[in-house]
Amino acid sequence: MKQVVIIGGGIAGMEAAAWLDHNGVQVTLLEQADKQGGKLLTWDKLFPTRRPTQEVLAFLQKSMSGQTNVVTNAQLAQIQRTKNGFLLSVQGREAIEADAVLIATGFDVFNARKKEEYGYGIYENVITSADLERLIAGGKPLVNPAGQVPQRIGFIHCVGSRDEKVGNEYCSRVCCVTAVKQSITVKERLPDAQVFCFYMDLRMFGRGYEKLYREAQEKHGVTFIRGRLSEACDDPQGRIIVKVEDTLRGLPLRMTVDLLVLMVGMVPSEGTTRVARMLDLARGSDGFIVPADEHTQNNKAQIPGVFLAGTCTGPKSIQGTIADARAACLQVLEYLKELRKGL
Amino acid sequence: MSHLTAHGNQINPAQTGTQKVSGKQAVWQEYQKEIANDRYFYVRSCVRQNFFPAAEWTFLKILRDDLGKTVYEHPCHTTCTGIGYHSDIIPLDTLMTVVARQFALMTEAGYENFVPSCVTSFGVYTEVLETWRHFPDVEEKVRRYLKNATGREFEKPGNLAHASDVFYRFRESIASQAKYRLVNQHTGKPLKVVDHIGCHYAKMFPQKGIGGAEYPYVLAGMIDAWGGEAVDYPERRHCCGFGFRQYFVRANRGYSIGCSKKKFNSMQPYEPDMIITNCPGCSLFLDRWQYAISEIEGITYGKDGFGIPVFTFEEVAGLVLGYDPWDIGLQVHQAAIEPLLDKMGVPYDPDKKYSDIQGRPLGRPNKPKVLKVF
Repeated sequence: MKQVVIIGGGIAGMEAAAWLDHNGVQVTLLEQADKQGGKLLTWDKLFPTRRPTQEVLAFLQKSMSGQTNVVTNAQLAQIQRTKNGFLLSVQGREAIEADAVLIATGFDVFNARKKEEYGYGIYENVITSADLERLIAGGKPLVNPAGQVPQRIGFIHCVGSRDEKVGNEYCSRVCCVTAVKQSITVKERLPDAQVFCFYMDLRMFGRGYEKLYREAQEKHGVTFIRGRLSEACDDPQGRIIVKVEDTLRGLPLRMTVDLLVLMVGMVPSEGTTRVARMLDLARGSDGFIVPADEHTQNNKAQIPGVFLAGTCTGPKSIQGTIADARAACLQVLEYLKELRKGL
Repeated sequence: MSHLTAHGNQINPAQTGTQKVSGKQAVWQEYQKEIANDRYFYVRSCVRQNFFPAAEWTFLKILRDDLGKTVYEHPCHTTCTGIGYHSDIIPLDTLMTVVARQFALMTEAGYENFVPSCVTSFGVYTEVLETWRHFPDVEEKVRRYLKNATGREFEKPGNLAHASDVFYRFRESIASQAKYRLVNQHTGKPLKVVDHIGCHYAKMFPQKGIGGAEYPYVLAGMIDAWGGEAVDYPERRHCCGFGFRQYFVRANRGYSIGCSKKKFNSMQPYEPDMIITNCPGCSLFLDRWQYAISEIEGITYGKDGFGIPVFTFEEVAGLVLGYDPWDIGLQVHQAAIEPLLDKMGVPYDPDKKYSDIQGRPLGRPNKPKVLKVF
């Protein structure tokens, strides 16, 4: 029986483990955290339907009910290429032999402190979209970190995305619709609050996204202002003053909000970077792993026997990640079939 | 509780103003830099000697007499051409060749620690060195220009620091010799101090400024060390109003005073006791525009019709060390500085305010109609 090691137990890793397992492959899944689920564990509701995240997590867990050997708290130290495949060293464990390796190391959310002028970590009422998701999880009453019910809330799109100043020129794909989703949730919780989204342009490419965007405007009265934040600071009461250029009206705009939410984008995870270095895989100028061919071999790394799934190759939605994981499995199975022929 | 910076300097969270301290400390610790300990080649500003004539004298005297450091000034030093460069009338090649000549003077004098008095000059020197670092062929070209024009050759500075960086480095030494502190002697509370950093200090190259561009610590560090409390306010990052083309183009001067007014309106609710700056233009415009605004609109920003007194960091260091206010040139300030002297408990003789160096009366200037002065 051939063995595949999957590095990363998020959406891509879990889905790939299930499919490989169902196809008779012996799978070891390495997860550095104490449980599987990745970013799903920190998210409350999913766009565009706003279904509970738990439902997708439950689906993935149920799919993985087979023989997969899941190793949590796994600290991967080294990957060696051997005559027959790969040897993975995990701290405190015996080395694991693998015929193929599937990298599913995912993304990290952009560290908003890098946009110093936005004041994250400086002003308590400046938070990130990930922080807001935790604040509103489970239907909790929405209060800002200062303990007040916010009456004006601002969402800043593209924080750490499409921004040359921080070195991230790419779009993170999911932040626009996440802002729309979160702004609706805020309006539902606080119907009298004023909610503003400051955007560069709205990339509503996915099914149901445009509908959600219209609903935010027409049903919930969320105000969308085309303009990029130049800086944020606090006033004597701890409210956040934002300075934005309204690029449709061609005017500078200054506004005070009680809560400012920074829509943080995706960056290659620390694990993605580390594993790419271990295997000497090429990474693009965006830091994500470069596949063997960006159009036709998107799930193959540039080394035979190494495969890629999910956001280690760039930002993706959950739908995209699951589809990508399944596509990667086909590539892995094909590779293992060829290996058997060789034997 | 106190924290150590990358240079082993103490930051006291209790004295760091209104912002969330932990976040600011994280930023400050990221933006530290090497500042030479001694043997400085000092280059003066073109304009400061007219604006606040004793500020540079005070810097040199403190460095030499109070801190025991060696400072050299070269009589052939010229403008860096920064004002012309940023006003688009001096080409980059010319600017770089002038800068190369200043470095040649430093090299010939046997120094390597270059300290400009002016923030714009500091920005110019930083920009040129960074340009040469990225484009060595440009450096070679400028070396040829200088050689052809003057026969001179040069070494690049081993250390480049703005004059305020130097006092930042020695802020604790100055504090240890302090005769007066930035504390209100009537209430015992720290004085509330607005620190304004010149745009060219770190906004172009954040890594070259203590504390970076967004939350600079170079002056706030002095304020902390000398007993005051740095005040954050919404328009802290805004330009003072000089902005070169805002002021030098007469038709744009409304923008200049508009910028200053925006800052005063923003800081006034915090009732600052004083403003400290590290830039020639900022000191001038934040001081003089208070008079102009009072005449145009009848508005004043300090208590009881006074302005908010504006100081250079050298002047503040001089006050802390017990220098006579008239020896360090405070009589040429527009916004009255006496309220601040009274708060600090610094003694002064009002009769000597307008006397020359031999004590002969120079006559008193006319008083403004609105802005209260002594």
